[in-house]
Amino acid sequence: MPRMSMVEAIRDAMDVMMARDETVVVFGEDVGYFGGVFRCTYGLQQKYGTTRCFDAPVSESGIVGTAVGMAAYGLRPCVEIQFADYVYPAYDQIVSEAARLRYRSNGEFTCPLVVRMPTGGGIFGGQTHSQSPEALFTHVSGLKTVVPSNPYDAKGLLIAAIEDPDPVIFLEPKRLYNGPFDGHHDRPITPWSQHEASDVPAGHFALPLGKASVVRAGTAVTVLAYGTMVHVAQAAAAETGIDAEIIDLRTLIPLDLDTLAASVAKTGRCVIVHEATLTSGFGAELAALVQETCFFHLEAPIARVAGWDTPYPHAQEWDYFPGPARVGRALAETVEA
Amino acid sequence: MADIMPLALHVPEPAVRPGGVPDFSSVKIPKAGAVPRPEVDIGSEAIRDLAFSIIRVLNRNGEAVGPWSGLLTDDDLRDGLRHMLTLRTFDARMLLSQRQGKTSFYMQHLGEEAISCAFQKALSPGDMNFPTYRQAGLLIASGYPLAAMICQIYSNIRDPLKGRQLPVLYSSKPHGFFTVSGNLATQYVQAVGWAMASAIRNDTKIAAAWIGDGSTAESDFHAALVFASTYKAPVVLNIVNNQWAISTFQGIARGGAGTFAARGLGFGIPALRVDGNDYLAVHAVAQWAIERARRNLGPTLVEYVTYRVGAHSTSDDPSAYRPKTESDAWPLGDPIIRLKNHLILQGAWSEERHKQAEAEILETVIAAQKEAESFGTLHSGEKPSAREMFEGVYAEMPPHLLRQRQRAGV
Repeated sequence: MPRMSMVEAIRDAMDVMMARDETVVVFGEDVGYFGGVFRCTYGLQQKYGTTRCFDAPVSESGIVGTAVGMAAYGLRPCVEIQFADYVYPAYDQIVSEAARLRYRSNGEFTCPLVVRMPTGGGIFGGQTHSQSPEALFTHVSGLKTVVPSNPYDAKGLLIAAIEDPDPVIFLEPKRLYNGPFDGHHDRPITPWSQHEASDVPAGHFALPLGKASVVRAGTAVTVLAYGTMVHVAQAAAAETGIDAEIIDLRTLIPLDLDTLAASVAKTGRCVIVHEATLTSGFGAELAALVQETCFFHLEAPIARVAGWDTPYPHAQEWDYFPGPARVGRALAETVEA
Repeated sequence: MADIMPLALHVPEPAVRPGGVPDFSSVKIPKAGAVPRPEVDIGSEAIRDLAFSIIRVLNRNGEAVGPWSGLLTDDDLRDGLRHMLTLRTFDARMLLSQRQGKTSFYMQHLGEEAISCAFQKALSPGDMNFPTYRQAGLLIASGYPLAAMICQIYSNIRDPLKGRQLPVLYSSKPHGFFTVSGNLATQYVQAVGWAMASAIRNDTKIAAAWIGDGSTAESDFHAALVFASTYKAPVVLNIVNNQWAISTFQGIARGGAGTFAARGLGFGIPALRVDGNDYLAVHAVAQWAIERARRNLGPTLVEYVTYRVGAHSTSDDPSAYRPKTESDAWPLGDPIIRLKNHLILQGAWSEERHKQAEAEILETVIAAQKEAESFGTLHSGEKPSAREMFEGVYAEMPPHLLRQRQRAGV
């Protein structure tokens, strides 16, 4: 199997879908000729021409708004917002339009649209290149929200997202674009090529949306994580020696509650980890669901490790980012509780 | 230089408020037939003047004059008159229905009937409108069943939208009528995307975007113009300037620009202003803009100059912010009366036939209303199933919605 970084896997997913389905179009700021500021669309314009992959004006509501119209026509647009931090001007189009076209028109008009956006911190991105706005999308009826954590999943999930008949918010942890990151910012980075998840099948393969993956089996505590935090949680388990069962949610909506509940029923404990700010973050929904579903199995309070309720700072990056030490402490406290 | 004075904020005010004498002297009305009709492949700069004038066909006597006239037969015009009369009658009946409690809400088109009715006539099957809540003439002129419209307004068991949408936010793909959203201006940029898609697929269909004067202040209006201009999308960008955005006069949205049409010029989009109460002029300009789009010459911006005679909606009372008689003073008159007079002058219509037509149309609308009411109104009869509430959020119902539907016990 070819080995791919996350950037290459994402590009390959679009390449595969553009070759398979001539209604797939890709556009966004700097996405065309230049191939994207993260190189995720590199070569696509050359291969498929300027009417299939093109540069857009700097207007997020314009990008998503035109994409909604294209989807209503019958295309499958896969558009890029350069940073998730800049999706807010498109929020009206996403919430009021893309998410509701099917419902409000009783299925006359649908919106098979993918909005890709780099998300997450850990790169000294400061306030506007680090945010994790997933809770703003999981709260919206009609949207699906996906966050991959490795190249294999990224390709399989992006292909599934493009093929999905409903709008999908596809959040790509940019910290993971070129290699896994476990939060140890002081250690040298290893590229994806040394990680087994960089074995990515060539050609078409799709992973179902709404299915979590157990990335580490364990018995002491269940860790619910997604994106970069999957790797941080793995490091925390290894460093504390706690036999944690780590679940990579992969899709936030629809959520694989069965896998989550089965794990918590087994371990009796649950730690939820995300980069996004704590209050009203997706972790709150997860905690509520685990509490409702697994109340009689729980042997300790559900813990949440998240970004602090502050804008994402620059100099204080590693005090903000929920690294393996903080996650490890939460694991220990939950297991001992 | 004089001393610098303290700054003062400029807040535009309409010329007249309730109790005052209506004054439209600031609306410059050129003579019918005075504005030239350029070739469709002309550039925006060459027709700059057209963004500041008003294209008119019907003159004071009811004659069709000038280069924009002569496109429609008497049969076409009688058709157009019937569409406008139907829309006006429909509005009156639905307004009454709302007052009778058969529905929660309605929005009428009084005075603006020519715009959507005449525009629809210039489109071809397969073209797609992206309307606001005040273009039901597009549906009526395309033959959409009145009873289905009323079922939507009543949210009854035959409501095509299953009771999920507010009244008048219709949807009909087969009639080229994109699902109306309550969020203003969103559809303007979607129309551009739809048109881009048609061009990407080398199709021959074009899109029509619709917006009101007030909503041009929304950011999606600007996004739509830049995307339409950049990609030369086959779209007609319509602005219905009815002078009012609820209680706010058009000067609040205009930002001191000469006209709304002039907004197009900065984007290199050919821009025209047209008498929105002149069925013939609306149709002629629509046809010109549609032909430009169809020939891949790019977008056109059209401002329809009209007046919102009725209240904004059934929840609004205009006497609180404008003179009661302001609509009588509107210099472009009434679109139905103007077309009627023209047809009579042509010898193609008469007062008697008009009365007869009005009676027939009223009968048709009442029959549609009865049909719709046999399926219930908002507060009487069967409602769309509560199960429908959970359907169509996604193509396939995800587990969490299945659980919620179960909990709701429906």
